[in-house]
Amino acid sequence: MNAPEQMKQFRHVGTRPVRPDGVDKVTGRALYSPDFKAPGMLWGAILRSPHPHARIIAIDTRQAEALAGVKAVATGRDLPTLESLVMHVGEGASDIVDVSHNCLALDKVLYEGHAVAAVAATSPEIAREALALIEVEYEELPFVLGVEEALAEGAPILHDNVFTKGVDPKPDKPSNAAMRVEMGGGDVEGALASAAATVTGRYSLEPVHQGYIEPHACVASWNGDGQAQIWTSSQGHFSVRALTASVLAMPQADIRVTPLEIGGGFGGKTTIYLEPVAMVLSKKSGRPVRLAMTREEVFRATGPAPGAVIDVRLGAAADGTLVAADVEFLYHSGAYTANDAGAGVSSAIGHYRIANTRVVGVEVLCNRPAAKAYRAPGAPQVNFAVESAMDELAGKLGIDPLELRLKNAVVEGDPQTTGLPWGRIGYVECLEAAKAHPHWSAPLGPNQGRGIAGGYWGNYGGPSTVNVSVAEDGTVTVATGSPDIGGSRASMAIMAAEVLDIPYERVRAVVADTASIGVSMVTGGSRTTFATGMATVQAAEEVKRILCERAARIWGVAADQVEWRSGEVTCLDGEKQGQVMSAAAIAGRSFHSGGPIAAVAALSAKGWLPGFGVHICDTEVDPETGHVKIVRYTAIQDVGIAIHPDYVEGQIQGGAAQGIGWALNEAYIYSKDGKLDNAGFLDYRMPVASDLPMIEAVLVEVPNPSHPYGVKGVGEVPIVPPLAAVANAIHAAAGVRLRDLPMAPDRVYAALHPEG
Amino acid sequence: MSKIRVSTTVNGDAAEFLCESGSSLLDVLRDTMGLTGSKEGCGSGDCGACTVVLDGEMVCSCLVLAPEAEGRTIATIEGVAEGSVLHPVQQKFLEHAALQCGFCTPGFIVAAKALLDRNPNPTETEVRYWLAGNLCRCTGYDKIVRAVLDAAAELRQERTPA
Repeated sequence: MNAPEQMKQFRHVGTRPVRPDGVDKVTGRALYSPDFKAPGMLWGAILRSPHPHARIIAIDTRQAEALAGVKAVATGRDLPTLESLVMHVGEGASDIVDVSHNCLALDKVLYEGHAVAAVAATSPEIAREALALIEVEYEELPFVLGVEEALAEGAPILHDNVFTKGVDPKPDKPSNAAMRVEMGGGDVEGALASAAATVTGRYSLEPVHQGYIEPHACVASWNGDGQAQIWTSSQGHFSVRALTASVLAMPQADIRVTPLEIGGGFGGKTTIYLEPVAMVLSKKSGRPVRLAMTREEVFRATGPAPGAVIDVRLGAAADGTLVAADVEFLYHSGAYTANDAGAGVSSAIGHYRIANTRVVGVEVLCNRPAAKAYRAPGAPQVNFAVESAMDELAGKLGIDPLELRLKNAVVEGDPQTTGLPWGRIGYVECLEAAKAHPHWSAPLGPNQGRGIAGGYWGNYGGPSTVNVSVAEDGTVTVATGSPDIGGSRASMAIMAAEVLDIPYERVRAVVADTASIGVSMVTGGSRTTFATGMATVQAAEEVKRILCERAARIWGVAADQVEWRSGEVTCLDGEKQGQVMSAAAIAGRSFHSGGPIAAVAALSAKGWLPGFGVHICDTEVDPETGHVKIVRYTAIQDVGIAIHPDYVEGQIQGGAAQGIGWALNEAYIYSKDGKLDNAGFLDYRMPVASDLPMIEAVLVEVPNPSHPYGVKGVGEVPIVPPLAAVANAIHAAAGVRLRDLPMAPDRVYAALHPEG
Repeated sequence: MSKIRVSTTVNGDAAEFLCESGSSLLDVLRDTMGLTGSKEGCGSGDCGACTVVLDGEMVCSCLVLAPEAEGRTIATIEGVAEGSVLHPVQQKFLEHAALQCGFCTPGFIVAAKALLDRNPNPTETEVRYWLAGNLCRCTGYDKIVRAVLDAAAELRQERTPA
């Protein structure tokens, strides 16, 4: 479905070729983080806190060190003391002191599972045995898990050096409210008072895990000369390098990080947990060291998306025009200051034109693992509340929920919550596509209901480096610094082939290590196809220009007397007019006509545009059990232009499935003593194939005018609308409004049977 | 304690290894035999990334003790293709873009092949329930289910006499 401005005809963009790394991945040959071995490697293991909050009085490692086969033991004392420094790497900002203390606790443990000590030994069995010999003396402290409890008077304070940011004047007491963000304007209370209809609701969500199937793992080798290598999978090996070097106070260029294949990340692999610890163990032992997490460690110690408590009030005129929105939320930040509140504030209500708004978000520290980015970080939680409230408001007004959204949907030029105008966005196009889709008007069966929700994510651009080089036979290599987490090698090859107008198979894309390509930001924020794609196009254009220049030189004609046509250079001048020279012919002579042919594009991409999505969900609610079945699901999204539509659809389908899991099943469950009770895939219930129907992805293409091929980021948006789409469908099916996630059978049953 | 000596057949070849009594078959495949195509996503039999076929039965190799493999036949992802010719399930995974990160893919392919070996004409529901022991966090399963159904159709065509 193309917007009218989509006029370009492409040869490769929009096709669906097999990804270049595909065969390795269907035959088991691809090398992921836990698959890598280095010669002479030791096996590491990490001792973790059994307490949610405690002071470390003493750590005695002597018995562990004495165990035969143990080559090194490390604690927080082995990491250098650092000055506070907020680094903008990964996805969002982190204070390097927090990153360091999260890798190995120094004086306090802040959550059950917090790393306390580590060993490296000649076998995994010996490493585990050694952990049991480390004696840690703790002074247990009161702990707090809930956001409201953490803000209550007398709550245990996690950090005595955290004073709420974003509050003027600076508070005089430390607080668990790490950060407060407020946006909006107008007269909210006045508009609500005079509105024809209002809705008010309090919503809550539990933290959920990104749920990548590959646990974190790495191998580090730190030589006596100070130079080191790290082999790891991550969403950004340059971020791994920057963060690890900063934690260890060493030069970044002394660490070479080789990216291994990444088994999923969804935002959770934009930071580091193991690398500095493996480095210290390597330095102490003089050997390469592997550290790998178990699934249980992944749950207990790596970043969930924040849970939340959200209050929403919406008001509308009788014709459905929204007049006021008041949204206030508390997000779980976990053990350290996270980055979700700001994104939550700017993602809450910006998809509607509302004159009077107030959106407030607070990051709340509590004794849980430090919250980390998870697909559209900060947006799904608040969107769940706002889009549920929209559904309720539509009911009160007697207006179709899709029409209510269409009536208020923002278009290009309307102000965002920040006040800046929206660019060429496609929310209305998505709503229109939803209205026209057969799903919207399909009949429903008994106990079934249909819900709809819309949402968006801001997306990003940022730094990327790409090297496009031409081999002597004219084939092309595209080297990027962006890990391929879902088919980006294929999309880079498509874009380079499009520029050069050569077959896709003549372009091979690779992910280069930190010593082989320039700095590139993480694969995250839905930035890679946009930003790294922009760099790929720019470098390929430069290669094309060089090839033309070389051909002109070989022919002895002026540079403007040649032209690139169908992957070859054509001469326009004199008696050579009409002659062609292939890339192979030019590159084959390049050593004697100016040198090898290659171009680097290093840029910080601007002009990204947000993605908007509209999801339609049909549920069937079993009145006997409260079980909710997803019967049909359609996800409509403005994708700009889909470079490789299969992988765009895949992002949408996967994001929708994660959102459905968040809506229906997934939650961190804690015991009364502050320990995670469901640290495994048996009890942390992610959707499986039999839980889901086919998920129809509808690609709406409203091109981004700032990208050479119209790309908008697509990965994050699809997790935003599902939470409310499912809740609204449950309301339509069963007449009950569930405001607390997950909407597991017990909760649905309780709502259906309020008498108990 | 001395290690246990185990004789097996792996992907058609005789294979011997030494292991601890508590080692899992997955640990031996990955760490001793270098067959890292089988992945460990959980170590508790919940994710299916380590799926192999043991004497014709699909199992999570993380739940099988390595000494149990004595005298038995093991088929892993590394043996699914015939030389460099991909099995139709592998080929259809590529054509349908049924993988994103690819980490769960070996387990899905071994499981899907095991399904089609016994049921050449599964319904969508049968595919979904057969694969319910394999977790994928990237795809939402849509393209995986389509790839398996398409592979089944292709295999049935091959079996039909011309």
